Amino acid sequence: MSATEKMVGNTANFVDERLGAAKWVKKSLNKVFPDHWSFMFGEVCMYSFIILLLSGTFLTFWFDPSQKEVVYNGAYEPLQGLKMSAAYASTLNISFEVRGGLLMRQIHHWAANIFMAAIVAHLLRVFFTGAFRKPREFNWILGILLLTLGLVEGLLGYSLPDDLLSGTGLRITSAIIQAIPIVGTYAAFFLFGGEFPGTDFIPRIFTLHILIIPGIFLAVITIHVMLVWYQKHTQFPGVGRTENNVVGHPILPVYMAKAGGFFFVVFGVTAFISAVASINPIWLYGPYTPGQISAGSQPDWYMGWLDGLVRMAPPLETHAFGHTISWNILIPAVIVPGIIFTGMALYPFIESWITGDKREHHLLDRPRNVPNRTALGVMSITFVMISLINGGNDIIATNFDLSINQIMWFSRIGIFILPPLAFIITKRLCLSLQRADRELLLHGAESGRLLRLPHGEFVEVHTPISPEKAYLLQSHEQLVPLEIEDVDARGVRRPGALKNKLQRRLSKAHAVSVPKVTEQELKEIENH
Amino acid sequence: MSNELTPTDDSVVPQHAPRATDINPASEKRAEQQVAILFGLSGVGSVLLIYSYIFVADNVFIFIPIMGNQNAQQLGIGIGMAMSLFFIGIAAIHWAKTLMPDKEIVNHRHEFRSSDEDREELVKTVKEGVAGVQLGRRKLIKRSLGAAVGLFALPPVLLLRDLGPLPGKKLEMTNWKAGTRLLTDPGNRPILASDLEVGSVVQVLPAVADMEHRPLSDIAKDPVLLIRLRPEEFQLDPERLAMTHEGIIAFSKICSHMGCAVALYEQTTKHLLCPCHQSTFDVTRAAKVIFGPAARPLPQLDITVDAEGYLVARAPFNESVGPSYWERNSQ
Repeated sequence: MSATEKMVGNTANFVDERLGAAKWVKKSLNKVFPDHWSFMFGEVCMYSFIILLLSGTFLTFWFDPSQKEVVYNGAYEPLQGLKMSAAYASTLNISFEVRGGLLMRQIHHWAANIFMAAIVAHLLRVFFTGAFRKPREFNWILGILLLTLGLVEGLLGYSLPDDLLSGTGLRITSAIIQAIPIVGTYAAFFLFGGEFPGTDFIPRIFTLHILIIPGIFLAVITIHVMLVWYQKHTQFPGVGRTENNVVGHPILPVYMAKAGGFFFVVFGVTAFISAVASINPIWLYGPYTPGQISAGSQPDWYMGWLDGLVRMAPPLETHAFGHTISWNILIPAVIVPGIIFTGMALYPFIESWITGDKREHHLLDRPRNVPNRTALGVMSITFVMISLINGGNDIIATNFDLSINQIMWFSRIGIFILPPLAFIITKRLCLSLQRADRELLLHGAESGRLLRLPHGEFVEVHTPISPEKAYLLQSHEQLVPLEIEDVDARGVRRPGALKNKLQRRLSKAHAVSVPKVTEQELKEIENH
Repeated sequence: MSNELTPTDDSVVPQHAPRATDINPASEKRAEQQVAILFGLSGVGSVLLIYSYIFVADNVFIFIPIMGNQNAQQLGIGIGMAMSLFFIGIAAIHWAKTLMPDKEIVNHRHEFRSSDEDREELVKTVKEGVAGVQLGRRKLIKRSLGAAVGLFALPPVLLLRDLGPLPGKKLEMTNWKAGTRLLTDPGNRPILASDLEVGSVVQVLPAVADMEHRPLSDIAKDPVLLIRLRPEEFQLDPERLAMTHEGIIAFSKICSHMGCAVALYEQTTKHLLCPCHQSTFDVTRAAKVIFGPAARPLPQLDITVDAEGYLVARAPFNESVGPSYWERNSQ
């Protein structure tokens, strides 16, 4: 036994005699993680969160979260002698006087954008492949919670520098809070410590941004990852993969090396982007004052779609009994997002109610094989994209020489017409792809080689597909509609007829699919 | 569905193809060298970072095609850091993909549901525990517990009361009073009606005691835009027309939608546009909303001139400026 082995052995013995960890660690190191490129989105989320913690901690060493008025006399000449908040002045100092400070600010901001983008990509992957199904509903809900927290954390984060752009964002935030009936005005006064903007808000959101929300993040991410660990990762269908196993590389050494290496790659790429691409150049905006604004004010993209909804809202207010209800703010900024996020969180249960499927699922769906769900996903993406386009309508108008009014009307009408259209088109596409799969299985792949038969007919030669491919194409389940009768066996009307009818209709729509190839059909082809 | 094709595990066996590094020693050697070179590149990055931090001054700019002039220190630190991190990652992944064993293994899954015995035992344990608490029997404890917990919920809420003052009438107040002078912003100079050309627009603030230190919460309500048109361009009812002075009309600059500064004035159309959500107000028709999500016109300030000929407010705003809120009386 070498000296190193002996030392490691002694340490392990010391720990195991006190914690009994050997059994668990042994099992864990053999744990399997299936490989697929789309599984890396979740990893990017976690790694960019770590980057955010590291770069954020660096920034707190110099940032002064105070709205106390100071006169700037730092290194950036155009703003010298101007009155501004200590928060803005210290952000300028980080950018111009701390070596590597601007880089860290940009890493922090880029990492936040990458974090949100990766969350969205991860969410779409989980949605389109049905990874949210039983037994993973808890993790889906935790994921929605993380997405929501990310939106809030991002908004608070880019508000901290107290520049003209972020101050305008806070003005809008305070107006949304004020618009909430009955309690809104009080909530706004308590949050801002009086009238907007006051001098309390930046220190307060600083505490939320660097302590409370990251704390919640850390706890929820830990549970999220532990549940993946405990329930084992889902896998795509394929040869040798079943609902009862999980196939892939063990943690030690391959997965650990790849995942650990990937963290450094994500960090490296973020650092590279931050080194060459400027983001949020706050020195160009100037300090915040409510009496001024810069044209083309834009939030970060993950808030942009909400701003786009607010922009396209109709000018509706109710004035009655000495009170005002601002539907033009409440509908786009509170009610619609509320419905969207609640609906997203409940989706696993809604789908399981529609299909009546209460079984565990560990094999992922290919999106085409569940046309209804895939169409619903594309419909939601379309909705958000139209909102996002409208959120940048002024930028689009100036860059493409269009009128803002045209884009606004396009969005106002499009938000109702295009998502359903996307639903229908996607569903048709999924069914076409299913049909193509069926063709492939029955007749093989088109070789592109044309053959002229002795009697003059032209045919294309089809080549058989590989057994692995054939396996994949027939591995999904045929969707079947629920059979719900309105009357029971004795001809008595069941209770909840309306609910049954709805469930039956939805279930029927959900089960629309191309029939799978049967063994008989395959045999017939062989004899052909 | 009885004749549906159901693939079974043994129908097809997964293929495992050996990699070049598994069978060719030269290839294996080359992969090893590649990993070492990648780790070496990471080291180069770290050195670049340290060099840039210590030896490159912060006022040196270098020209880089496409990117233009770049601060050499920031760029050196950034590129150094990116290299130092990225190549460690790439080296580890290359190592894992070419040299570490690539045989996939299989773990088995088990149903998560506990066994029926375990569940029954749990129910029994919980029932026994709950029975031991005797809440059903000891009514006095149950009620006093309820009262204590209920009261306990109040202090935490109460302790947050001092987060801010109550709104009161604050949102209805501005610093505009009868006789308040209109001062240029910036500059704080009083304005003669003749100072304004037809077609011009000026931002003003009210004259207050301490004009050097206006709180931002005042600047969030007080700004007013003065616009001078030819009197015949107005389409106002007599009441509103009386609030103008020689073709000068004054509106709150704070958007009636969400409180942004309505900063864009189009001279040809005489429209005011809010850059936040594109609400558009027609100046000739008392700032009526002609496009966008705002539901109310901008409040108009009643103006006149004082004895010295300077523009003053004849009266305060007769409604709250800025975004709506529940208590706002918008009749």
